[in-house]
Amino acid sequence: MKTLAPSPGLITRIGAPISVMVAAVLALAIVACALLAAWIAPYDPTDLASFELINAELPPAFTADGDARFLLGTDNQGRDLLSAMLYGARVSIAIGGGAVIMAATLGVILGLIAGYYGGRVDAVIMRVADVILSFPTILLALLVSGVARAIFPGAATAEWAPLILICAIAIHEWVQYARTVRAATMVETAKDYVRAGKVIGLPSRRIMLRHILPNVMSPVLVISTINLAAAVLTEATLSFLGVGMPPTYPSLGTLIRIGNEFVFSGIWWIALFPALALVILVLAVNIVGDWLRDRFNPKLRVKR
Amino acid sequence: MSDLQPPVLAIDGLRVEYPLANGSVFTAVEHASLVIQPGEIHALVGESGAGKTTIGNAVMGLLEKPGRIAAGTIHIGGKPFDPAKGSAEGVVLGRDVGAVFQDPMTSLNPLFTVESQLTETMRAHLKLDRASARARALQLLEAVGIPEPQRRLKAYPHQLSGGQRQRVVIAAALSCDPKLVVADEPTTALDVSVQAQILKLLRDLADERGIGILLVTHNMGVVAQIADRVTIMHRGKVVESGPTVEVLRRPRAPYAKALIGAVPRIDAKLDRFPVLGDEGKGRAAEARAMLRSSAERTGDAVDGAPILSVENLCVEYITSGWLPGSKGHTFRAVDGVSFSVNSGEVFGLVGESGCGKTTIANVVSGLLNPTAGRVTYRGQTVAGEGAIRRIGPLRQAIQMIFQDPYSSLNSRMRIGSILAEPILFYRLASSKAEAEDDVARLIEAVGLEAEAAQRFPHAFSGGQRQRLSIARALGARPRLIVCDEPTSSLDVSVQAQILNLLKDLRDATGLTLLLISHDLAVVRQMCDRVAVMRQGKLVEEAPSETLFTAPQHPYTRELLSLVPTLDRIRGEPQAA
Repeated sequence: MKTLAPSPGLITRIGAPISVMVAAVLALAIVACALLAAWIAPYDPTDLASFELINAELPPAFTADGDARFLLGTDNQGRDLLSAMLYGARVSIAIGGGAVIMAATLGVILGLIAGYYGGRVDAVIMRVADVILSFPTILLALLVSGVARAIFPGAATAEWAPLILICAIAIHEWVQYARTVRAATMVETAKDYVRAGKVIGLPSRRIMLRHILPNVMSPVLVISTINLAAAVLTEATLSFLGVGMPPTYPSLGTLIRIGNEFVFSGIWWIALFPALALVILVLAVNIVGDWLRDRFNPKLRVKR
Repeated sequence: MSDLQPPVLAIDGLRVEYPLANGSVFTAVEHASLVIQPGEIHALVGESGAGKTTIGNAVMGLLEKPGRIAAGTIHIGGKPFDPAKGSAEGVVLGRDVGAVFQDPMTSLNPLFTVESQLTETMRAHLKLDRASARARALQLLEAVGIPEPQRRLKAYPHQLSGGQRQRVVIAAALSCDPKLVVADEPTTALDVSVQAQILKLLRDLADERGIGILLVTHNMGVVAQIADRVTIMHRGKVVESGPTVEVLRRPRAPYAKALIGAVPRIDAKLDRFPVLGDEGKGRAAEARAMLRSSAERTGDAVDGAPILSVENLCVEYITSGWLPGSKGHTFRAVDGVSFSVNSGEVFGLVGESGCGKTTIANVVSGLLNPTAGRVTYRGQTVAGEGAIRRIGPLRQAIQMIFQDPYSSLNSRMRIGSILAEPILFYRLASSKAEAEDDVARLIEAVGLEAEAAQRFPHAFSGGQRQRLSIARALGARPRLIVCDEPTSSLDVSVQAQILNLLKDLRDATGLTLLLISHDLAVVRQMCDRVAVMRQGKLVEEAPSETLFTAPQHPYTRELLSLVPTLDRIRGEPQAA
């Protein structure tokens, strides 16, 4: 491959197309905004005492009736929408990331065990996975949060809701990891380097973690980026359905749900801006994830 | 041969190049010339990477992009080959040039019957109708010696054995009466008995139909048995070419001499294999002394007493049925095998594929539990009924070397950590630094530089990897090493080096080796005693020299007679 530029810069060295670069920059920007929400947000959207109902449902600043204090307008409580979105993105990304980490850990461990031991162990783990897969993601998540709320009264509070959401999402997502890792593990287990480890007498745990795991990790990293987008979306859906984050500590999904009630009254901004942010985030992460998947696939990589 | 006919293939000054990504050019074949007359078998031999397959592909117009013919000419049946079209004028691959590839498992489409695979080419090239194509397919199957051809026409590839499949591939290559057949390693994937039949078939085709055959192979025995002429290649260049007897008996080029010398002989036992190039000695001796002293410290002397004994071993595989609970088939891979190995000797286990020899290796090394019978190591039962758990010194005592050096080292770990693993696990070194020291000595003991510890497995060639694999096995300080086809995926010159290494290690450390192989010549050179297996049973066990000079069992005699060797060269007057 020849580069036209005299000295190849960072972009050409990574070898990613422009669309992927743009997506990566956008995703990083949203994550950075979310992380720095406490510093860059004009108001604190969690401080209920600061809201004034007189400011409720103000349109964005750039419209005719806009108020310069609220760049993207306010919601029905008089909460600054921009601040709510910045904090909301933080909640969404934290829950999405948490769910991915939890699902990946669970899925990789179970996949390794199933693929390495095979037989009955494998059958039990994979049948459980099949059963879980036969439930739609949302239904299962609704079930988990519903049950959690019923038996644990504090489940709907801002402290506990994220944890419940992470569990509710991860309980469905680990299956994909388990299946991928199991298949890769079965291939690796048949290879001579694993047999050599067994002949040396290494314990199974050590063979799995030290020898097989590094060889099955690349698909896991790729699935994770795609699942991150899916998890953020699931969280938004759950919050939209009313079983996610409480209105006092809104995620992007909660904001969309609140805005949804007002869309037909001509108050469009409450739903639109959070929805836009969500779409951009999910799309950007998905594009990067897709590219990573192709990049780590040796069959696609050899193409000139 | 008539002088009026043009040669079926004439290659003159061929150069094949592959432009590389970084702008340079890799020359796969340089200045190669050869001529094949009708009815002649011309063998193209060399080690992997010599460029022999590239020539075969160039002739068939199958060069992989971006490879190109940069210079020289190819004439097929007197007509010039046009590199732009990928064929000679009026010459069609499949009609005028037949192709036989290495693996009969993959060169037939598993979804088509034998009949449709055979008739497809004929109907396309000869414009035959269905009935006459079918009749001709039947004739072809008869010609290549397939029993019950009528019934086989309807068979799918998986219903045929490997040898029958290769016959079908040959029949397909012959279907349009080609003048030239390119056979690329046609018998490499086959057992010796099947190989012998296929070679005879190729020879008959050349003699009776006057077909010219370009035979690409790495096996000198095959060359000796059927080729009229031979061309030896090395790194893309022809090093020697001429009549088979001439080249094999009186090679002139140093490389040709060394290559022929490295072929394990089945007719006589040599002390060492003659080896190409440097074997990497020097500090190795010192390192081996270390291994030896550690063996002596454990008080495990080489006393010639039985170290391993296998008694009435049976291994069954049960294939599950269609429905849960339904009865599956039981396949007996090993059926009542008994033998014992004395300490300090090299014990060989030979047989064709599927005879159960690898299954025994797996049981002995503890990877598989037997169905019945037992394996004892120095009186302790290590597999089978009443086996004690293999932990500590007992587990260390038996180590294994694997066939495929490319998969036997974890590609994500540095050589240093791979080799240190057994040492640290068994606390054979008191500190990390001492373990590193041991690793360095192990690497030197197998003839490599200690710096290898810093690198990853992909930086090494197949032979070097096999050396490292041996070093890892030695790291656990074993007394018995199971070698499962340790050299069958290596080139002949590398094979000689690895076998010499194993011999040296045995001599230096008093190791016992259980050598599993399908190669009788290798077994003769390496082993003190040999057991021959067939279909899960032991048919004969004898001291190596006795077995090779006076085989008792008919199966052993048959196997020995079928191995293509250099002592019977085609066209050479035989001493009675």
